[in-house]
Amino acid sequence: MNFISGIILSFITVLVLVFIPFFGMQVANLQFVFGVIIPYAAIVLFLVGVVGRLLLWSFSAVPFRIPTTAGQQKSLPWIKPNKIENPSSAAGVFGRMLLEILLFRSLFRNSTMEFREGPRVTYEWEKWLWLSAILFHYSFAVVLIRHLRFFTQPVPAFVTMLESLDAFMQTGIGPLPGLMLPGMYLSGIILLAAAGYLFLRRVYIPTVRYISLPTDYFPLFLILAIATTGILMRYLLKVDVVGVKELALGLATFHPVVPQGIGVLFYMHLFSVCCLFAYFPFSKLVHLGGVFLSPTRIMANNNRFVRHVNPWNYPVKVHTYDEYEEEFREKMVEAGIPVEKE
Amino acid sequence: MADIKVPSPDELSQIKHSPPLLKGWMSTPTVIKPGTYCYGAQPKNLEAVGFPNARPWNPLDADWKLPDNWKTIIIEGIRERISRFRSFHIFMDICVRCGACADKCHFFIGSGDPKNMPVLRAELLRSVYRREFTTAGKIFRKMVGARDLTEEVVKEWWSYFFQCTECRRCSVFCPYGIDTAEVTIIARELLNLLGLNIDWIAGPVANCFRKGNHLGIEPHAFKDMMDFFLDEIEGITGIRPEPTFNRKGAEILFITPSGDVFADPGTFTCMGYLMLFHQLGLDYTWSTYASEGGNFGFFTSHEMMKRLNSKMYAEAKRLGVKWILGGECGHMWRVVNQYMETMNGPVDFLEEPVSPITGTRFENASVTKMVHLVEFTADLIRNGKLKLDPSRNDHLTVTFHDSCNTARGMGFFEEPRYVLQSVCNNFFEMPEGTIREQTFCCGSGSGLNAGENMELRMRGGFPRANAVKYVQEKHGVNMLANICAIDRAALSTLMEYWAPEVGVTGLHELVANALIIDGEIERTTNLRGEPLGGETEEETEE
Repeated sequence: MNFISGIILSFITVLVLVFIPFFGMQVANLQFVFGVIIPYAAIVLFLVGVVGRLLLWSFSAVPFRIPTTAGQQKSLPWIKPNKIENPSSAAGVFGRMLLEILLFRSLFRNSTMEFREGPRVTYEWEKWLWLSAILFHYSFAVVLIRHLRFFTQPVPAFVTMLESLDAFMQTGIGPLPGLMLPGMYLSGIILLAAAGYLFLRRVYIPTVRYISLPTDYFPLFLILAIATTGILMRYLLKVDVVGVKELALGLATFHPVVPQGIGVLFYMHLFSVCCLFAYFPFSKLVHLGGVFLSPTRIMANNNRFVRHVNPWNYPVKVHTYDEYEEEFREKMVEAGIPVEKE
Repeated sequence: MADIKVPSPDELSQIKHSPPLLKGWMSTPTVIKPGTYCYGAQPKNLEAVGFPNARPWNPLDADWKLPDNWKTIIIEGIRERISRFRSFHIFMDICVRCGACADKCHFFIGSGDPKNMPVLRAELLRSVYRREFTTAGKIFRKMVGARDLTEEVVKEWWSYFFQCTECRRCSVFCPYGIDTAEVTIIARELLNLLGLNIDWIAGPVANCFRKGNHLGIEPHAFKDMMDFFLDEIEGITGIRPEPTFNRKGAEILFITPSGDVFADPGTFTCMGYLMLFHQLGLDYTWSTYASEGGNFGFFTSHEMMKRLNSKMYAEAKRLGVKWILGGECGHMWRVVNQYMETMNGPVDFLEEPVSPITGTRFENASVTKMVHLVEFTADLIRNGKLKLDPSRNDHLTVTFHDSCNTARGMGFFEEPRYVLQSVCNNFFEMPEGTIREQTFCCGSGSGLNAGENMELRMRGGFPRANAVKYVQEKHGVNMLANICAIDRAALSTLMEYWAPEVGVTGLHELVANALIIDGEIERTTNLRGEPLGGETEEETEE
């Protein structure tokens, strides 16, 4: 399978998925299925799947303390340890994980290797992967939080606050004047752009192209589809927002209702989101949970002064000193090396 | 041994880093090529430690004589390791193939072979994991990156998991801390279940198990070799240290890799240890039973690592010492730091190490009871306990190579630099991105320092050598210091190939050259018999 067939395959799959509700609505009028049953099913799959995955991982033992150390160890009192990059305590690990999860510390380190005539190899700081990853994840988070507006009544203050920040292009922020664009949310645009870049780099960076699987393109396309349908709904092909809220609130309060006439575009959007949620636990997207359990990051480098126990440590066959001396006693005695039995 | 021709540096530096455009890696067969692989394990070396499926086989043959149930062995082997190692389990599941690791591997940089990208190396195993252990993999196969386990796959594993030196550089850059070393360690365990080790690892393991060290040096010979060092030291300094062997009641047991006893330039480092301990009047002993600091078991399986490592504590207990001092070695210290006490502890028969010279308590070793010699020496220098004349090393312009294992499996950066700068006047760092936690492997670690895979070693060591060459040209560096026995052997060959005129030294060789020993005669040469520092004139630039 090469990258072209991988891209085509994933693209067609996403296209089919996005248009399933289109036919479901137009041909069979399955509002209840797409508006209620599938969303519930997706959420259940997501929760059960993610929890199940975390449990499975947690059942696996952690026999050894194997942090990747990226800074000075704690040793002699006059040598300054790097408490974050080479943590020796739980607090240090917490700091390391905070940087890792909130700022993608390791990715920030990324460099690119340049191989020149000579030969001369150089390594330069490469920020684009880090930047696009940060923008992608944060804008996705903002979009998700903004959507709480649909599931809550009254809408919590932090959601409205986030919205107004997100829409600062319209109203302005601090000294910056707004552009008075109609309810323009930055997060959606950034999400689209970042996901688009993440796709493009998979195609134009030869090494990344080579390692990419259809399962790398698929979630990107799906997210692009979600963002596109969302943006279309908001700015161009308006749907019945009141109806949407009614449906969402119904789902959230377990009193599902299916208002008529919301518009098929909404169902396409919703169904894509459901696909993403259902797909999540069974794909690489579980890195969201995995990073919290990664032994090379969440462990302290303190094995020389804090005991770590391997739950399955078992006795092994060793070659004892007695066996050794038995074999070499004469030679040892002759060489004047002390022995146990003369 | 190696009558396999190694291409010239010019030929070898024709490297393309762009993988094929259309042909995917799964449909690219593995070619096992002379010069880039190590000979298969001889049956006697596997039998010596009771390993299964020992048989004569040749990696170049089509038929590897796998046992009939090899597939079951592998799949059950994976299943067992998933439950035993959360690292392995998670690393099989969460890679997003972002590619941050792709150009971080020295083997990829030096070979351009895309299967040497860490992400792809792991995918070689992950693809089988998906096929056998995930529902999606069972249904959607290649579409989700799953593939069948075939003999070809096993050969591919053998080829590429013995082209990884478990250096962990990729794991520094991975946003989830995925550590290819973990994957390689597990993959090698699986291959060992089928009797598929390399002989350069299996041989030392068998030796170490029975004779106490990788090189198979028997006790009387070990002492003989030491005597030779004592002669040398006496010739240079007029002082003859009096080391003891297997002596009960000594305060400290000293353990270092047997490579230090065996081959230049490690031998000079070993002489350095002897001189330092003599000057201190240290109450210590060597052991011939635990005469190996390194641990090729670590490159074989977790169990074999434990079996070999057990001798350190067993011998310390038998001899009744208070604590253990460990010499300069890379993977030895990864094992001591991250595995030893968990495997073979608790150690209630030893005491928290205290330096008998300075009184410093090594609180950071309160549980393992084992101190790194460089920590020990740094503490001595800091407390003014050594008389040093760094000008004796003035003919050297030194740079320092951080060994992978002490760098990324310990974080041992400042101690060696402090010692180094106390014993020599001309020190220059290699460029950022090639030192400390981002240091490059010598290309021969994890048991790959054989002769028959020389092309592979020169490729793998290329990024390290290239950084050395840079400081050689820029600052006139002519000596590469390090704290690892494999480095001392491997980097010497590497420098000869890529950066001629740069020598390789252990840290304690430089210490011993600078060390003023009470009652010594005036030294005219260093430990290598070369005229001492100030006497050459050309090195006066600054």
